[in-house]
Amino acid sequence: MATTTATPSTADHAAHEPQSPLARLTDEQIEELGREFAAIHDEVFAELGDRDARYIRSMIDLHRRLVVGARVMLLFSRHRPAWIAGTAALSLAKILENMEIGHNVMHGQWDWMNDPQIHSSTWDWDSASTAEAWKHSHNFVHHTYTNIRGKDRDLGYEIMRIDPNQKWHPVYLAQPLYNLVLMAFFEWGVAFHDLDFEAIRRGEKPMSQVKKELKGMGVKARTQIVKDYLAFPALSGRKGFKSTVKANFTANVIRNVWAHAIIFCGHFPDQTYTFSKEETEDETRGGFYVRQLLGAANIEGSALFHVLSGNLGYQVEHHLYPDMPSSRYSEIAPRVKALCERYELPYNSGRLGKQWGSVMRTIARLAFPGGHPRPKPGPYRSADDD
Amino acid sequence: MAETGARPKVPAWRLRVLRGLRSFFTPLLPDDYLELVNPLWSTQELRGRVERIEPETGDAVTLHIKPGWEWTGHEPGQYLRIGVQVDGKHHWRAYSLTSDPGRPDGQISITPKLQETGAVSPFLVRHARPGAIVRLGGVEGTFTLPDPLPRRLLFVSAGSGITPVMSMLRALDRRRAMDDVVHVHSARSADDVIFGPRLRALAERHPGFTLHVRLTGEQGRFVAAEHLDALCPDWRERETFACGPAALLDALSDHWEAEGLTERLHMERFQPVIGGGAGDGAGGSVRFARSGVEADCDGGTPILVAGEEAGAELPFGCRMGICHTCAGRLCSGQVRDLRTGEISGRAGETVRTCVNAAEGPVEIDL
Repeated sequence: MATTTATPSTADHAAHEPQSPLARLTDEQIEELGREFAAIHDEVFAELGDRDARYIRSMIDLHRRLVVGARVMLLFSRHRPAWIAGTAALSLAKILENMEIGHNVMHGQWDWMNDPQIHSSTWDWDSASTAEAWKHSHNFVHHTYTNIRGKDRDLGYEIMRIDPNQKWHPVYLAQPLYNLVLMAFFEWGVAFHDLDFEAIRRGEKPMSQVKKELKGMGVKARTQIVKDYLAFPALSGRKGFKSTVKANFTANVIRNVWAHAIIFCGHFPDQTYTFSKEETEDETRGGFYVRQLLGAANIEGSALFHVLSGNLGYQVEHHLYPDMPSSRYSEIAPRVKALCERYELPYNSGRLGKQWGSVMRTIARLAFPGGHPRPKPGPYRSADDD
Repeated sequence: MAETGARPKVPAWRLRVLRGLRSFFTPLLPDDYLELVNPLWSTQELRGRVERIEPETGDAVTLHIKPGWEWTGHEPGQYLRIGVQVDGKHHWRAYSLTSDPGRPDGQISITPKLQETGAVSPFLVRHARPGAIVRLGGVEGTFTLPDPLPRRLLFVSAGSGITPVMSMLRALDRRRAMDDVVHVHSARSADDVIFGPRLRALAERHPGFTLHVRLTGEQGRFVAAEHLDALCPDWRERETFACGPAALLDALSDHWEAEGLTERLHMERFQPVIGGGAGDGAGGSVRFARSGVEADCDGGTPILVAGEEAGAELPFGCRMGICHTCAGRLCSGQVRDLRTGEISGRAGETVRTCVNAAEGPVEIDL
């Protein structure tokens, strides 16, 4: 892949900012690009039908079958093979439920089916975040203000320095360490993040709302704890109780580590751009698409990998079209790439190992003061693709 | 929120057991897993399985449906909301129940007639197969037989307007109350008479049941003012139940009104009287508060249609003022009910966008 290096470093911090490809495009080009991106969306939505409905139903079916299989195996968790197979199946089920099903259904990707049971307004997931709080902080705040510094609260989740533009503070010295904790308990991190401590501190969020959200989290916590650490272990009998607790805990941690990896690779790899508030003032629809394109990064992998990552390996496509059924992202990817090539825009993508490595490197580097934006890839070229 | 089926009548012990098991399934429900085995077991919403499909005419079929839970019954003449998945999307329509409520096999039936341009009837008439699962919504409608039964009855129906009447006739048959019933039914040709053999069989069995079938393709349209006195001289003394196209019902209503007998005429309109010209309404601009979409809504167009045309994503169900799926809270402005012409508009009132047009500028919380 062709890369251009960032502007040579000078003492002036702003000069380190890689030239955003957005600045290169004329207003007319941005508008035209916006129309072309919108056309892809409209075309896909016009042809949604049985095939798509069958896909999400088969995923939901698969999840439930996996859960039943896993829970039955874990009744015998005191036997090692059953523990291993049951834990693996339960981890897989939880991953599927959170990523390909929960995240996407709650995005409204399947609302077009008009099915009361597979609908963003009724869906709830096996995660510490309540559906309501998550839909606000993720669907609205993060997807609207993606990668705008000071507005997208998912940039570092307010506890990490993930962008050199963020001011350094000694607390960040510990970030490589608490990143490890966040990996294991990611769902809880996300749930607390939804509360928006900044807004509470500034007094922008009424206490009644905070109380309501805390109560919602409490209910989610209680039901998950009862299910995974009391009810099912109890079914395994006195001898199996402890081993089932361990199995369920392991499955929850595996799911969390996986979700953390996929989600951190979505916006934090070296290739992605962040934006200042000024840059995105008076943004047009076309500008919005370009920002989403530059702010997200894909992960390359097999079909199975994409299902297990909720098709967030197509983070670019997901950010362009958050309400499009995830199963369509792989189909439109070539068209998005073609647009990138025509408008000389980058198409951020890489293998999981590479993307994850670059995120971990950034977390380690930016724990210390200073740091510069990493070199960005140049325009996408299809010839370099394979 | 997408439209959902009715709450089924489930034995209390079963609900208690399911509630007790919830901890094992949260955030899902035990139902979500039981559905894997049999979708009819859902206690969240009533579903039904199509057991048998019987052709009635070239373009109408009767679907016999077994509800998942005990049928709570209906009044003959009422309609049922039914939800089917067509090409991945759920659609809801209301169909008159054509079955007698007390069927020993516990099944119900509807008899849809093909509407070529529709989404649901082509599926039900041409593509549905026994075994198909449908969602069953609430039973509604005030087009029902009075209690006690009137001594003398007249039914006037045309086309698929026969469907609620059939349910009434079946109930009368079961109750042996067919001593003095006259039925005038119009259809284009003999092949288009839905329930033709059944109606003739009823007439043969009951000397008190007089059936007049008018084939409009040959004989021309039934005009009450011209033909009724000959077919049923004592119509003025009968309670009359009529169902059919709007033109027929409008003419009947004029005729009964002219004789000062409006209260003896009971009608069922399948299609709400909407659409067409801008009518008497003023129309106006509509602002959808949640999406910020603004639409121009002329006096004859439902707010729902105007909003959709302006690109707003709006909830909808039956699109005929029955199911309330499309309802939104009125923030300001006035609306006109396209069926009745009535103008209303208190802030905070919920309005059904599918049967109301804007009357001046309107803001709605959708």
